[in-house]
Amino acid sequence: MMEAIVLDHITKTYGKEKIPAVNDVSLTVKSGELFGLIGPDGAGKTSIFRMLTTLLLPDKGSASVNGHDIVRDYRQIRNTVGYMPGKFSLYQDLSVEENLKFFATVFGTTVEKNYDLIREIYVQIEPFRKRRAGKLSGGMKQKLALCCALIHQPEVLFLDEPTTGVDPVSRKEFWEMLQRIKKKNITIMVSTPYMDEASQCDRIALIQHGNILSVETPSAVIRAYPQQLYAIRSEDIYKLMKSLRSNPLVDSCHSFGEYLHITLSEQGMRAEAALLAGLAAEGHGNVVLKEIIPGIEDCFIRLLKN
Amino acid sequence: MINNQFLVFVKKEFAHVLRDRKTLLVLFGLPVMQILIFGFALTNEVKNASIVVLDQAKDHQSQRLIGRIGASRYFDIEGAVDDEEAIEQNLRSGKVKMALVIPSGFSYDLAHRNKAGLRIIADASDPNTANTLSNYLSSIIMDEQAELNANVPVPYTIIPEMRMLYNPQLKGVHNFVPGVMALVLMLVCVMMTAISIVREKETGTMEILLVSPFKPLLVILSKAVPYLLLSLVNVGTILLLSVFVLDLPVNGSILLLLAESTMFIITCLSIGLFISVKAQSQQTAMLISLMGMMLPTILFSGFMFPIENMPKPLQAITNIVPSRWYYIIVKSIMIKGLGFQAIWKETAILAGMAVFLTLVSLKNFKIRLE
Repeated sequence: MMEAIVLDHITKTYGKEKIPAVNDVSLTVKSGELFGLIGPDGAGKTSIFRMLTTLLLPDKGSASVNGHDIVRDYRQIRNTVGYMPGKFSLYQDLSVEENLKFFATVFGTTVEKNYDLIREIYVQIEPFRKRRAGKLSGGMKQKLALCCALIHQPEVLFLDEPTTGVDPVSRKEFWEMLQRIKKKNITIMVSTPYMDEASQCDRIALIQHGNILSVETPSAVIRAYPQQLYAIRSEDIYKLMKSLRSNPLVDSCHSFGEYLHITLSEQGMRAEAALLAGLAAEGHGNVVLKEIIPGIEDCFIRLLKN
Repeated sequence: MINNQFLVFVKKEFAHVLRDRKTLLVLFGLPVMQILIFGFALTNEVKNASIVVLDQAKDHQSQRLIGRIGASRYFDIEGAVDDEEAIEQNLRSGKVKMALVIPSGFSYDLAHRNKAGLRIIADASDPNTANTLSNYLSSIIMDEQAELNANVPVPYTIIPEMRMLYNPQLKGVHNFVPGVMALVLMLVCVMMTAISIVREKETGTMEILLVSPFKPLLVILSKAVPYLLLSLVNVGTILLLSVFVLDLPVNGSILLLLAESTMFIITCLSIGLFISVKAQSQQTAMLISLMGMMLPTILFSGFMFPIENMPKPLQAITNIVPSRWYYIIVKSIMIKGLGFQAIWKETAILAGMAVFLTLVSLKNFKIRLE
């Protein structure tokens, strides 16, 4: 099967006011793909996950997972997917080992049968197998939760913000694990608010206020950036930002760590020189301007503005 | 596979209970504490209460009655007084808890009109003691009346001028052991099951369980099994305490009592399940369990306040309180020593409630998050 997940004009609203959390979303995830839903908190990522895992019913539209309709065939979906909710949701008073065994049995399998699938992850938490899940560190909790979601060899894996609240090293390890799982031909849909993780995905959907802004490969998203992007800094970055934002030559200006990322309303060397001359006249010292390749975050910010 | 799943669920539930020290303390400490507090509080306060008698009749019947009261181990006759003023003085001193006024012509009234009045004045500054004492005094008067009636064709009636509680066994412990059993089982089973399911919702584990092949019935049953077993341990503890510490024997069949207790526990578990299906947070579940279950059990089971004395609408409400029926069952088996034929109706009512609530819970069990 080519399409593992299909959303067809899905809308989900909450409350009496019918505020849409997911607004007419359509997208397709191919079988074996590592697909990322990228967007800030409250963009509707969790709602999409809960609809696909049959926990919520859509108001409008239809969706399917591995060909099973999310409303009609919810039992088949529940048998064949792995789901890791955003909040750590294992039994805190059971040990690592007990949690894993419990979920294996619930899915009608055993830890031994599918040990190969989780071995690489499980060996990292195995020294703590007698420890209660509630007493694990954030990174280890995520690893255990991933083991539990994988133990029945799901066809599709749903991971809702698996790296939120996890330290950078564990985050990196986690994404390496996802790459290995992907090789075992498991379709993975993962959400994250961190733009830097997007490049790890085969394709990403940028989502904001329940609307999909774009669905592309990370490199295509970057290639689609229409203008030259510059990074600029000076000795007083705050003052620099204020004057850039009021400068008619500057199209956009956003703060990125020690640099400001800007685009110009006109392209070419002449515009660059005009900008630098203007800044010097305004008394900015040590101005550094360089051309850069945009990151996912730059693209996302540009899409949001439109 | 289903068996395996069920076992692993039950094992998990046991782990939840046994690893939580606070839960364990409530589970096993509560019954022991209640039995001991109720037992000693009640038995101590009713022995050898002082009473004064104003005997305006001074005849054969009145002497017999006074003699009988004096012979009971619940009352000490402090003395005879001559007028009402003396009664008040005595009561005001605080030492005397109660006064009995036998009007002149007591024997004459009984013999000629077949009924006679009495007046009981109690020190109601401590209403519980006053209640208990008037209970006992009226029981003694009933005994006297029954004895008199054994030899006459037209029954005599002695009418004490006081609203009285009905306590045929004349022993404080009797009433409260069945009551405490109902109360403890109700609390433990309803609250613990309700909380345990709602906890899965609150901590998010229900979200994972829903996205798995599990069956709602399986979860519900596996939640019920550990609490059923633990509650039976509680029943055993209460019975052991009542037999060995409070000297209250089980007159009927112990097996029948255990079987009926199991039935009641199942009813309570089904109430707990029903609450848990409806409640969204552990606090709500606990509040509903306490307000909705403990209060009605205390108020409407007949354990604290006799149902016969309630206004009709309240009497109707007592019918839907499961502990009311269990209270009758335990009293019948433990104290009256009756068999199943005497309590099958109550058993059937409990079973009906359990089946109804389980079905409603299953029907309302949410297979999604909304």
